[in-house]
Amino acid sequence: MHNFDFVKPSTIADAAQALSHEGAQALSGGQTLIPTMKQRLAAPATLVSLTAIPEMQGVCLGDGGLHIGAATPHAVVAREAKAHYPALAALAGGIGDPAVRNRGTIGGSLANNDPAACYPSAVLASGATVVTNTRKIAADDYFQGLFSTALHDGEIITSIVFPIPEKAAYVKFDQPASRFALTGVFVAKYAGGVRVAVTGASQDGVFRWKDAEAALSADFSPAAIKGLAMESGTMIHDLHGTQAYRANLVKVLTGRAVAAALA
Amino acid sequence: MTKVSMTVNGRAVSAEAEGRTLLVNYLREGLGLTGTHVGCDTSQCGACVVHVDGQAVKSCTVFAQDVAGADVRTIEGMANADGSLSTLQQAFQDHHGLQCGYCTPGMVMSSAALLAENPKPTEAEVRYHLEGNICRCTGYHNIVKAVLAASGQDVTKIAAE
Ligand SMILES: Cc1cc2nc3c(=O)[nH]c(=O)nc-3n(C[C@H](O)[C@H](O)[C@H](O)COP(=O)(O)OP(=O)(O)OC[C@H]3O[C@@H](n4cnc5c(N)ncnc54)[C@H](O)[C@@H]3O)c2cc1C
Ligand code: FES
Ligand code: FES
Repeated sequence: MHNFDFVKPSTIADAAQALSHEGAQALSGGQTLIPTMKQRLAAPATLVSLTAIPEMQGVCLGDGGLHIGAATPHAVVAREAKAHYPALAALAGGIGDPAVRNRGTIGGSLANNDPAACYPSAVLASGATVVTNTRKIAADDYFQGLFSTALHDGEIITSIVFPIPEKAAYVKFDQPASRFALTGVFVAKYAGGVRVAVTGASQDGVFRWKDAEAALSADFSPAAIKGLAMESGTMIHDLHGTQAYRANLVKVLTGRAVAAALA
Repeated sequence: MTKVSMTVNGRAVSAEAEGRTLLVNYLREGLGLTGTHVGCDTSQCGACVVHVDGQAVKSCTVFAQDVAGADVRTIEGMANADGSLSTLQQAFQDHHGLQCGYCTPGMVMSSAALLAENPKPTEAEVRYHLEGNICRCTGYHNIVKAVLAASGQDVTKIAAE
């Protein structure tokens, strides 16, 4: 790994200032960035740790729903979101393993936008708002394909606001070696309709399955999607599964997620 | 290089670290605490698990400077004050929860974190909690048995495998 300077500011303003310099990069839980740096796929000149900024920590109810500080570790979300948004808490509690959950954070996961990551599906299915140091970004505008997002260089995600659904569930089909999602589906039912977001399946990253949303908004039951077929053309194809396998998995998992949300 | 200070196994310590110095290297090379192992160095195996402020973390995936000032516990801090093995360590020995021993420091640290939070876990909970700890030797059964035994549960009915 190349060497770098390490700074650990205690306010968002100081972090933004530090990140405005050439070669500076944010470090949150490090559970993605440190392995990436070991492979020399990233070589920042300065790392700006976001883990000592109190404004970026914690889970609380507020305007628009559940507010989660971007530097809140998965394990804390699993514990503290449980009473308010159990499906989101369960998703956080199923990421990786306990040691990964104690360090890895929601903001890091969303900034990274791995096509097989869990949180992007929750954010998209909930129609959540990604709040940064300069603006608010709607989930539908935030995700822009594999590992790419609406964030500008040096922009910091400070919190995420999740509207709380009437019913919701996340079902993840584990890739047992990496513990990421081979495919995962998050279903959330709101008064205004149902949203379905799929991770791990598409070559374009997390996406909404609009046909299923329409069917489930009319009839929120696993049977409602029986007649639908997921297009396989844009699915990921790798040694773990073919395009057709993943397309089928999306449908199976959507049905299971609806059943779990109703349970 | 910067001088990084923290508390390790109850002792105030300090050693030089670069930005890129990982906690595991700080412990092993800076402090000579070689009980914490590096199995994969890719955040997968859990051999390097230590406790930082009571939480199990992979010390190969944390920078030493990021945990300056923290309270760290390693496998060297797990025995009883008189040097005898702790209940959990003794259970690993009694139930053959190790063969080569390479994964054992991480297994003990992860299991200790589980028992601190859930003193009487079920077998399924132990297996779920140890998902991030890989063992090439034992086949896991005796590790799970050791953790259940350490929690005071009767394991005579679990067959030796
Ligand atoms: C063994 C293992 C298993 C895993 N399993 C899963 C899984 O099942 N599901 C899953 O979803 N993930 C999984 N992960 C990934 C894990 O959730 C990471 O924690 C997460 O992807 C990144 O979060 P982090 O806080 O560690 O970010 P970091 O690694 O610190 O940063 C990641 C990227 O985000 C940027 N960044 C971080 N915070 C911010 C911010 N607030 N604003 C702007 N940019 C920021 C960084 O500059 C960097 O580019 C796994 C990881 C490991 C090692
Ligand atoms: S050495 Fe740290 S997880 Fe394998
Ligand atoms: S005892 Fe050899 S790796 Fe676990």
